[in-house]
Amino acid sequence: MHTNRTAAVKNILRKREVSLLVLIGVLLLAVTLRAPGFATGQNASRIINDTSILIMVSIGQFFVILAGGIDLSVGSIIAFSGMAASMLNQAQPGIPAFVVLLVGTVIGVLLGMLNGTLVAFGKVPAIITTLGTMSIFRGMTFVLSKGQWVTAHEMTQSYMNLPHGNFLGVSNLIWWGVLVSAVMLTLSSYTKSGREIYAIGGNRTAAKFVGVSEKKIQFMIFTISGLLSGLSGVMWTARYAAAVNETASGFELQTVAACVIGGVSIAGGSGAIPGVILGALFLGIINNALPVINLSPFYQMFIQGFIVLFAMLINTLSARHNEKMLLNRRRQ
Amino acid sequence: MSDLHDLQNRKTGLVQGSRLVDESSLRERLILLFTKWEVLLSLLFVFEIVLFTNLSPYFFDYFNLMNAAFTFSEKAVMALPMIFIIMSGDIDISVASIISLASFAMGNAAAGGADGAVLVLIGLAVGLGAGMFNGFFVTRLGMPAIAVTLATQSLFRGISQAVLEDQAYTKYPESFSFFGQGYIGNTVIPFELLIFAVLALLMGFILHKTTYGRKVYAIGNSKEAARFSGIAVDRIRFINFALNGLFSGIAAVMLTSRIGSTRPNIALGWDMEVITLVVLGGVSISGGKGTLPGVVVAILLLGYLKFGMGLMNYSAKVMVITTGILLLVAVLIPNFLDMVKANRKLKMQQALNP
Repeated sequence: MHTNRTAAVKNILRKREVSLLVLIGVLLLAVTLRAPGFATGQNASRIINDTSILIMVSIGQFFVILAGGIDLSVGSIIAFSGMAASMLNQAQPGIPAFVVLLVGTVIGVLLGMLNGTLVAFGKVPAIITTLGTMSIFRGMTFVLSKGQWVTAHEMTQSYMNLPHGNFLGVSNLIWWGVLVSAVMLTLSSYTKSGREIYAIGGNRTAAKFVGVSEKKIQFMIFTISGLLSGLSGVMWTARYAAAVNETASGFELQTVAACVIGGVSIAGGSGAIPGVILGALFLGIINNALPVINLSPFYQMFIQGFIVLFAMLINTLSARHNEKMLLNRRRQ
Repeated sequence: MSDLHDLQNRKTGLVQGSRLVDESSLRERLILLFTKWEVLLSLLFVFEIVLFTNLSPYFFDYFNLMNAAFTFSEKAVMALPMIFIIMSGDIDISVASIISLASFAMGNAAAGGADGAVLVLIGLAVGLGAGMFNGFFVTRLGMPAIAVTLATQSLFRGISQAVLEDQAYTKYPESFSFFGQGYIGNTVIPFELLIFAVLALLMGFILHKTTYGRKVYAIGNSKEAARFSGIAVDRIRFINFALNGLFSGIAAVMLTSRIGSTRPNIALGWDMEVITLVVLGGVSISGGKGTLPGVVVAILLLGYLKFGMGLMNYSAKVMVITTGILLLVAVLIPNFLDMVKANRKLKMQQALNP
């Protein structure tokens, strides 16, 4: 009885979500000790608001990584769809904001479909495809904008209200994050397609033998990633009230980081959305804590690289540990 | 190589199937020659030279053509070990960040009064160390190369950014300027081009004439098969990453010396360009295919494409788009040809065994 209970406790602690929550608690405590006032309700809602976009795009990245791929073009899709939506808003202020949002999202979907087509039907490896489209989409953003920016006074109030508005005292952006998380969690855990993504990432050959269409899955995940990036592009430009050509450059690393910290195996096949959300929040807290503890924002890149490497190390070592345990159990 | 193999298979298939005689050797051989990637690229390169010569009077000029080599020599040097990396099924997207780190180290030493030779040594050592760092995580800890180098992409550049912030190192000694700005003797041949030529010969020899090179091909075809045939797979992959770092260090010396300053964003985006060169040169990212001469042709092709487009006043962004499209097309075309070939084979088999 007693050993059973300790084993159960150990199992809970071994779950990534739980250990991440503990880690986040420790981090909050540490920062608050240096800067009292950090862990207030107001600041917390600011951090969640800041992190909502990261959460949404990371979930798209999660699906791609889950199936054994990677999407390096998310930052460029954000930039292009955000720029296109902002320019539409600037040129035609009469068009309702939600239509502009829809246009930006559809652009993201199309760009994602292009990635998906190249990977699924052109048989170009995901890393090469998105490395190429990362440059192409970024270049297209420059060509579209002719190097110009769209700034706050050229956007309509209703456009900027897309993320900034309130509903029940919570910002729209957070609601979007919650909605996307809920829908995608349902998709990943409670639908056939969701299980098929896990199957493809876990064992490609076995999945094919039981009738999973790899092409369909690959096309689907890149489309989802494009959709969430397109949506986030509109939100990004409206939230910061600026559409610039460098929007979200380097953002792909943050989304991969959120996944890896959240316990998603970079080789595919394992991980879950709650972990990804916590991973994104962890990064969001760190980014928000840097100025509070008087560390220059120039450290951000280094710290993120370090965290990703460290998180991957933990993932790898714990996977090895699990394998060893399994082997030992078999020997007994 | 694989085309020839394919043809041989098809021939034996024909003979076994219905005792048909091989009647199309010359035609088939010509088709084979012209579907060879290196030959296609070379033809494209000649076409490009003719095109730009007609479009701009400044293009086909010995001095200009030589000077243009300054703009692509560093990336060309980085592409050489990247062939080994991609050939064996790995990838390294941290090379541009290694340049940033190595250049930062050199700038720091230069500010402290180090002279040219010492700076070169520092650049090479930092590059080598960074490459070994990548290799350690990939081979010893068994982590995917794309994930490790994505992390170190931030880590390496993050170090120079954290220290330099928005500042730059600009004080480099006179003795350092030759590596990136010098010419050979009294000629107009850039010293950078000589470095590339020597390294290309060396790496070409290693890849195509030594057992090390054969092992790299073998690993690319199948890691398991290579391991079972007694090849120390992880040791070779580690050496590949170390070489990749070292060559990034060499490129860092050349680039820093050429532009005479170090900012954290130095060589930003070069990872993509270097990988494009290698893939465009016919090296398959799924491993085991390609040649070094093919990559050299791709380097010239892309280098002079940029030079020519620059003369025609196309913006840098248009060139970035072009590079991205070329990268995708370079993978799409062989894949498409493979699909057509597989289809033809299937049809032929069906015709022979109804």
